[in-house]
Amino acid sequence: MNIIRYRYPQSDFSFAFDSLASMHEELDRVFESTFGSGFRPLGTLTRWTPALDVYQDKDQFTVVAEVPGMKKEEIDISLHGDTLTISGERKSHEKQGDQAFRAERFFGRFQRSLPLPSAVDTEKVKATYKDGILEVVLPKAEEAKPKQIEVSLS
Amino acid sequence: MNIIPKQQNEPGRRSDERPRQVQYLTPLVDIESKEEGYVIRAEMPGVAKEGLEIMVDNGELVIVGHRRNFKYPGELAYREIKQHDFRRVYELDPAIDTSKITAQIDQGLLTLTLPKAEKVKPRKISVE
Repeated sequence: MNIIRYRYPQSDFSFAFDSLASMHEELDRVFESTFGSGFRPLGTLTRWTPALDVYQDKDQFTVVAEVPGMKKEEIDISLHGDTLTISGERKSHEKQGDQAFRAERFFGRFQRSLPLPSAVDTEKVKATYKDGILEVVLPKAEEAKPKQIEVSLS
Repeated sequence: MNIIPKQQNEPGRRSDERPRQVQYLTPLVDIESKEEGYVIRAEMPGVAKEGLEIMVDNGELVIVGHRRNFKYPGELAYREIKQHDFRRVYELDPAIDTSKITAQIDQGLLTLTLPKAEKVKPRKISVE
């Protein structure tokens, strides 16, 4: 018989993200009823909120964020305890005298914080920025990886 | 009589082939208008040079960006990113010289420069 042990009771990632996901759902519902579908949640109307995806396997978390049109020096990634924060600032191209015929893109600061459900090895976190997509790979700390414990017959 | 719903036809396909139903995302775009012309900046994260299709046809500019396919290790735990490709169509100002349109893409941001045609210099016409 194999017993698999996890560090935290809630090893299931969806638990940590339930609050984020349910907030999105709730906001979607509120806005759908008042403005119709396709409307962005309130915070994102005036502020830049890059979209992100999170993947996990037994060894690591991969956080993927869409932040096009930036230089990698303009993006900050920090880890405080188990919370990952991705932030940065994008400056506008506009100069005096230029007429903005149409302006849809967001500028200025953005910040997304993500609580991770298990410990990560801070030393081994790697990030790459390609085609406007930021990929942050966070290897899980050894204690956080699922372990198999052999039961022996005495 | 057959009623065929209008669908997005992919370029290069014969019109009698059944077009595939494709869903596209509309990229966020900034358009600057200057005296010399226009500058269009379109955000298409995940799109590289190879994935870009830009066409000008009959005064219409069609921008399509195909995302490169991602495969990350493990399972998806949380999703916000929409995986669709991008598409946007614009009617061009007739003053634009379409032969001089240039495009470049960097970190998912496409910059299109559309210069207006140079004014033709006054020409003296000799009388025979």
